[in-house]
Amino acid sequence: MSKTVLTIDDSKAVRDMVMFTLEPEGYAVIAAENGQDGLDKLRANRPNLVITDLNMPIMNGLDFISNARADPAGTGIPIVMLTTESAPDMKAKGKEAGATGWINKPFDADKLVAVTRKLLG
Amino acid sequence: MFEQAVAAFVQEAQEILSELEDLILGLEHEQDQATIDAIFRGLHTIKGSGSMFGYTCLARFTHHFENAYELVRSGDLQPGKDLIDLSLAAQDKMSEFLELGGDGPRAESLLVSPETCALIDKLTALTGAQTTAPASTETAKTGAAATEKRTVEIVFSPLSDALCNGMRPDLLVKELLELGSGSVRIDTSAVPSLDEMDPTQSYLTWHITLLTEQDRAGIEDVFIFADDADLKITEHVADEPKDTEDNAPNATASKAKSAPGGAKTEHRQENIRVASSRLDDMMDSIGELVIAQARLDAVSESVTDPNLDAMVEEVGRLVLGLRDATLSIRMLPIETVFGKFRRVVRDLSAELGKDVQLVTSGGETEVDKNVIDRIGDPLVHMIRNSIDHGIEASEVREAEGKPAQGTLRLSARQEGGEIHIAIEDNGAGLNHDAIRKKAIERGLIDEDTELTERELNQMIFEPGFSTAAEISSVSGRGVGMDAVRTTIDGLGGNIEVQSKQKLGTRVTLRLPVTMAIIDGLRVRLGKSVYVIPLSAVEECVEMDMTEKARTSGRSVLQIREHMVPYLELDPLFAQEPSQEHQRRVVVVRVDGQRVGLVVDDILGQGQTVIKSLSPYHRDLPGLGGATILGDGRVALIIDVATLVRWAETQHGANIPKVA
Repeated sequence: MSKTVLTIDDSKAVRDMVMFTLEPEGYAVIAAENGQDGLDKLRANRPNLVITDLNMPIMNGLDFISNARADPAGTGIPIVMLTTESAPDMKAKGKEAGATGWINKPFDADKLVAVTRKLLG
Repeated sequence: MFEQAVAAFVQEAQEILSELEDLILGLEHEQDQATIDAIFRGLHTIKGSGSMFGYTCLARFTHHFENAYELVRSGDLQPGKDLIDLSLAAQDKMSEFLELGGDGPRAESLLVSPETCALIDKLTALTGAQTTAPASTETAKTGAAATEKRTVEIVFSPLSDALCNGMRPDLLVKELLELGSGSVRIDTSAVPSLDEMDPTQSYLTWHITLLTEQDRAGIEDVFIFADDADLKITEHVADEPKDTEDNAPNATASKAKSAPGGAKTEHRQENIRVASSRLDDMMDSIGELVIAQARLDAVSESVTDPNLDAMVEEVGRLVLGLRDATLSIRMLPIETVFGKFRRVVRDLSAELGKDVQLVTSGGETEVDKNVIDRIGDPLVHMIRNSIDHGIEASEVREAEGKPAQGTLRLSARQEGGEIHIAIEDNGAGLNHDAIRKKAIERGLIDEDTELTERELNQMIFEPGFSTAAEISSVSGRGVGMDAVRTTIDGLGGNIEVQSKQKLGTRVTLRLPVTMAIIDGLRVRLGKSVYVIPLSAVEECVEMDMTEKARTSGRSVLQIREHMVPYLELDPLFAQEPSQEHQRRVVVVRVDGQRVGLVVDDILGQGQTVIKSLSPYHRDLPGLGGATILGDGRVALIIDVATLVRWAETQHGANIPKVA
């Protein structure tokens, strides 16, 4: 069975990019528009990996990560946050909230695939 | 595949930019955190995605802009007028970058253009020394430097909660072993007894001996996401076996508050984007369907078959439903146009040194996209006129006892199949003396022609008419209102001006909600059939031609207590004069005045699919298009506004003035 990746981003462009990149690699990708949407989809779909943006309306990425870690569906799975160089302290905050890793924006397809492989094997 | 994502990015960026403009303007009135957060988020998204989708120059520019709002967000920078001005300019610049279509020589040269540099300088000046380097593409990690093989000892124990957080030590070890060859030993000494053990915790320490060519950075890379774990890397080939640093997490408390998940932000609806040309195609097909249905109706009338009648009725209902559904897809709230005007008003009033506030209402009124696309320019013209000629300078206003700040009201509402848009200012009003003088000067009227106030008002729509004493860069070139009327006519709407000296001016546009299919009144004139848009029709009355003879010369009809001027259509359309004794008058409203159109008979009303006339016939006055009737014949659609005006001027059919 193919592994499922949940991408959470308020930008459709980023969600599409994740989808278009990972699907050909054999992953199933589901998308959510914000942290709240992400939590719902996390519970409903039990993904194997979550890639989340941090700055989002309704529920931001940090809150998503904390909430996900408090939920059985979000325990034990890797959660990767999308960070920018301009906010280095976000990495630490994300880690504190329970993120497994991060991908610096901008990222390209190769990097995304590499990180996904690294975390999902 | 990637192109799709790029297209999505461009579209998204455009939306964010137009949203940004509103948000920035919103800051002028209220500086709430939700707005600031939304601005920051928008900039952040464009910056972050920009370089991913080949818009690095845009991203680099946006970086400076974002920095400024980072400070605003943390409360270290006040969003004053300077910043708002600058933000609007920066937002324009971002649009410029976006239009260039991604990185390339043009984007590069725009980035280093003096104007852009000046903007960046101003933005960095605001943010002071706090600017960090532009987010250029991430510095590439230097890969495996080809060094000789050596033995590396790695001791690794994850944080106890790392497993909960999705860390997979087994994958890390596997990844390490792919870098060379080696052995793994697991230290289980920290594992507690079974009853004390928490299965979600990690108690193990891995000792890995690796023979590899990979340098230190390459190995650390494997642990990039485990940088808070206890990690020791010892290289044996290197002269001094130096201990690695324990990478304590830099858990410095950050100054920036984490974005409160703004309660104000709305939940976005799930939408599908469709090229509008596809909707046009669909509309065309529906139009054909409506025509076919009218033909079916006509055919079924000559056949008596209850089954057929039932079917025809059902098909008719379905077609109507389909038409309405399709039309509603094409509807957009007029707010999409109104939104743009906040900027126009702001820029113009600044340019002209006037203080004007814009108040809009009814933005949710929905209008066909084709109409929306075409009313933007006319509305801008009228807004310009209001600010330039209508609203006085603050000193003048105060001297007249008015509030120093002028108000421009823009409102929209739907009434039946029409949408009414009003542009209202509380300025000086139209100067009737000046208009009169100008009209005489231009030879539009004779010196002794008496004109009502209403007629004087309508004069401003005459070609080349401008009473602005001084031609400013904004308006006063006399092309505006003329062009406005042409556009509104083209849309099958009409325009009316009301004005009171010193109190202000109101221009009202009445437009059909849609232009593709209208409700029309079919009338007969001799042997031909014409269609009059139902939205223009007020009522229909009968006219006894023998009575007409009595009121000879005066083409005026008494309808109840009102006198209504009328036009006979047969001479206008060069048809044989009608011999019928009992004719019909369709009373329509043009430029705020009631006018009767005399026809031979009224055939009925129904949906009319508008087909445009050929380029040769398009400019014929009085005709707005053609349609195909149920029996397959072609009927011309009467454009009442241009018809009446044309009759007034060209045909000598002087419409009596009725107060």
